[in-house]
Amino acid sequence: MALPRRIANLFFRSRVDREIDAEIEAHIALRIEDNVASGMTPQEARRDALVRFGNPTVAKERVASADLSLTLAGIGSDLRYAARQLRRAPSFALTAVLTLAVAICANAVVFSVLNALVLRPLDLPESQRLYTIEESELLNSYPDFRDLRDRNRSFDGIAAYGITEAGIDLGGNPTQIWDIEASGDYFDVMGIKPYLGRFFQRSDEHGPDSAPYVVLSYPYWKTQFHGDANILGRAVQINQHAFTIIGVAPPQFHGIERFFWPDVWTPLVEQAEVEGSNTLDERFLRDLFLIGRLKSNVTLAQAQGDLTSIADSLKKTYPADDDGLIFKLTKPGLGGNYLGPPIRAFMTGLMLLAALILLAACANLGGLFSARAIDREREIALRVALGSTRRRVLRQLLTEAVLISLAGGAAGIAGGVAVLRAVSVWQPISTFPIRMPVNPDARTYAVAVGLALLSGLLFGLAPVRQVFATAPWHIVKAAAHASPARRWFTIREALLVVQIAVCAVLLTGSLVAVRGLTRSLHSKLGFRPENAIVISTDLNMAGYSADRVPAMQKRMLDAFASVPGVTAAGMSDNLPLTFGTNEIYVYSSDASDFRPSRALSDTYAYAASPGFFKAAGTALLAGRTFTWADDKNALPVAVVNREFARKLFGSVENAIGQHFRLDAKTRLEIVGVVEDGKYNTLTEDQWAVYFRPLLQAPSTSTWNVVRTDRDPRQLAPQIYRTLRNLDSALPFTLLTWEKSLDASLFPARMAAISLGVLGLLGALLAVTGIFGMASYSVGKRLKEMGIRMALGAGRSELLRAALGRAFRLFAIGSAAGLVLGLAATRVLAYIVYEASPRDPFVLAGAVLAMLLLGITATWLPAQNALRIDPSKLMREE
Amino acid sequence: MARNDFQGSLDLLVLKTLAQRGKLHGYGIVLHIQRASDDLLRVEEGSLYPALHRMEQSRWISSEWALTETNRKAKYYRLTAAGRKELQEAEESFEQLVKGVRAMLKFA
Repeated sequence: MALPRRIANLFFRSRVDREIDAEIEAHIALRIEDNVASGMTPQEARRDALVRFGNPTVAKERVASADLSLTLAGIGSDLRYAARQLRRAPSFALTAVLTLAVAICANAVVFSVLNALVLRPLDLPESQRLYTIEESELLNSYPDFRDLRDRNRSFDGIAAYGITEAGIDLGGNPTQIWDIEASGDYFDVMGIKPYLGRFFQRSDEHGPDSAPYVVLSYPYWKTQFHGDANILGRAVQINQHAFTIIGVAPPQFHGIERFFWPDVWTPLVEQAEVEGSNTLDERFLRDLFLIGRLKSNVTLAQAQGDLTSIADSLKKTYPADDDGLIFKLTKPGLGGNYLGPPIRAFMTGLMLLAALILLAACANLGGLFSARAIDREREIALRVALGSTRRRVLRQLLTEAVLISLAGGAAGIAGGVAVLRAVSVWQPISTFPIRMPVNPDARTYAVAVGLALLSGLLFGLAPVRQVFATAPWHIVKAAAHASPARRWFTIREALLVVQIAVCAVLLTGSLVAVRGLTRSLHSKLGFRPENAIVISTDLNMAGYSADRVPAMQKRMLDAFASVPGVTAAGMSDNLPLTFGTNEIYVYSSDASDFRPSRALSDTYAYAASPGFFKAAGTALLAGRTFTWADDKNALPVAVVNREFARKLFGSVENAIGQHFRLDAKTRLEIVGVVEDGKYNTLTEDQWAVYFRPLLQAPSTSTWNVVRTDRDPRQLAPQIYRTLRNLDSALPFTLLTWEKSLDASLFPARMAAISLGVLGLLGALLAVTGIFGMASYSVGKRLKEMGIRMALGAGRSELLRAALGRAFRLFAIGSAAGLVLGLAATRVLAYIVYEASPRDPFVLAGAVLAMLLLGITATWLPAQNALRIDPSKLMREE
Repeated sequence: MARNDFQGSLDLLVLKTLAQRGKLHGYGIVLHIQRASDDLLRVEEGSLYPALHRMEQSRWISSEWALTETNRKAKYYRLTAAGRKELQEAEESFEQLVKGVRAMLKFA
């Protein structure tokens, strides 16, 4: 009988029954017919037939059992038996299932994020042919892009794009949106079709401001226009310039970056209209991502060679701007490959930790199953003695393991899905449209179920040798305590030590991360984010230009300063740690060659208003800050940070009054030195930084910093109204400075959260493991301890006898784990600022935590051991 | 060693019957064994069907429902290639058994 039918028979027993019935009935009827033919009366014929056949019910049962006894049916009854067994040992079943569920949940979540971040290909047609083309510092200039696009022979197309914030007016309240400015080839390179209308194309571009079109993202269209198909052709104001809506992108399309979700796309040729300035002719200004679609018959190496030869020729043609130009191809999706290595390293690390959790859980399971097998030795021996084959017993154990694996796996996946749902809708950074769609896919489920089964089976079958070694006559005769299971005991112990070591590693890791996070929150940032409100505006969005810009900026600052409770107000073109830095090379004051290789230093440049340093809480070390007199007619001046002064002039004092150059025209005099700070990331090396007066280096886009003498959230509404009253058409974002640091603290926070959770899980597993082992060993030795007690052993001796072993194992495991953990946390230092494993707080914390865990886990078993009543115990046995 | 249990003998009888008669239902098999053995062998009818099912699961025989001469629906069995091979082995094994038993009985 074919296998499928056999399986079907399991579920359709009644069908099988009917068939057997019919067959037996036919048999009896045929006999009756023959009997009648040979002359019997119908009654006689019938009776004779039935007598000859015997009991038809018995026959039927035997047929059915012949049908079902082969493997599959057996599994059915095995399953029922296993479920019954597990119901009879609920604490064992629950512990095993929970242990596995915890580990599977952790692994499903981490794997799912890894899958979404790293493994899953981009959701674009033939995405394996898409590559980011990076200059040495990631971004490219528009002129270089045009040369690349027109001269390469390896790509079907190359597109350039940049990410910018813009104000949009749909008629009513102006709001801020995130915009991808893209070259005409962009959508062709992506290989997608519009959901509605059309995309802008290369043929739309005829120089600056030739294509005032906007393409909406599907979610933006849904939320702002309620999915109205008639919006095509409608005009909207973007930064006070008219744009026509020409299309809507498909629902899932959000550009090439995995986690960035823009609202609209505008053509790069409209840059002047959107951003207020035009960088498209500047070969040295590199602010664009390039994405290329490789021709299907071109290899990566060929394309790389092609790009290198173009770079070489550009270097020769434009030595000033393209000095040291290189192009490299990298995987797109994570800011080109910019965020790739740290994210991959971090996720790999997390995956390893999750695997450690699984390992700990497996060790736990192995221990649980072996302990259970020892307890069931008599039952198994009895079954073997009564004629059950070893194979059959083994199958029984296997079924139990599978049942636990599946239950644990299912519970783990359910938990994982819940966590992932939450992550998917989470917007971790308030100032940036980041979403992580990490919903589990088939791959996640497969991995989770696979891991559950693997670990369940591997460790559920740990007692197999024990079963095979069982000599029934031996065990049935002897009492349970004489079990010859010493060998298994040591394997259990080894598992336990491994498990505890793993947990200690996790615990140390999470402590280091949490400690690093708290430190980075209180580290020297070079400004004080507490009690400050930041307001990001771009006057360009409200149509300001030329002289109206500084006038309005001064009015804004005056208005903020007049709000009661405000102690200082200032503005800067960029805020440290908010994803905006201008990297500028500086040259000596007598330089004439302005190639990057001749520069004195690579620096970050800011433009700041008078009062900015006071508002930001940045300490002035020497000289003066800016005044309103430092305008475009005055001597060009700069304030530098301590690192700048030290690096270029040896000391803070020496720097005052010195000069440096940005280019042939711009020579700056240093009038002040301020403290060092963090500018791009918390973990960066110290950068040299200079500030210029905002009046001498104007920018329409600014961050206003308003310092208050009370909880900034109280003042927020009033400041909001103040700015609205000043210009109701100006879109802006207002939030506390601490909130705006979300993005910079995001990696450290993520590390701390994920490690914290993993550490907690590790601790949980350590407790259950030790608890299981301790209560088991106490339970096993009750009689022995009763005797000891009767013979006059004291409490401490008794405890030592009962739990000494458990505690020793615990100590070995913890020590090994702490050492390993401290070694491993060196890796963490790359992600978490000031994560030092040599921190005494971390060391003490880890030791203390492990000690607490040990005491917690052995407390109950110890109590049990002490509560032994020898007389009662002796009577029982 | 020869297989010498009763079940083995019943299998042999059934297989041989089907080899001789082609397609046959359970009742027919009982009749045939009785007739062909000159009434010496009587199959316990209730035991026949479990054996048939077991052999069907081992794919020695296959079954189908068909009408008898008297227009009654009955399950007909027939030998498969695997069954033919099994029959050959069972016959040889039975010969061995008979030889062995005879030698035992003649031993003086």
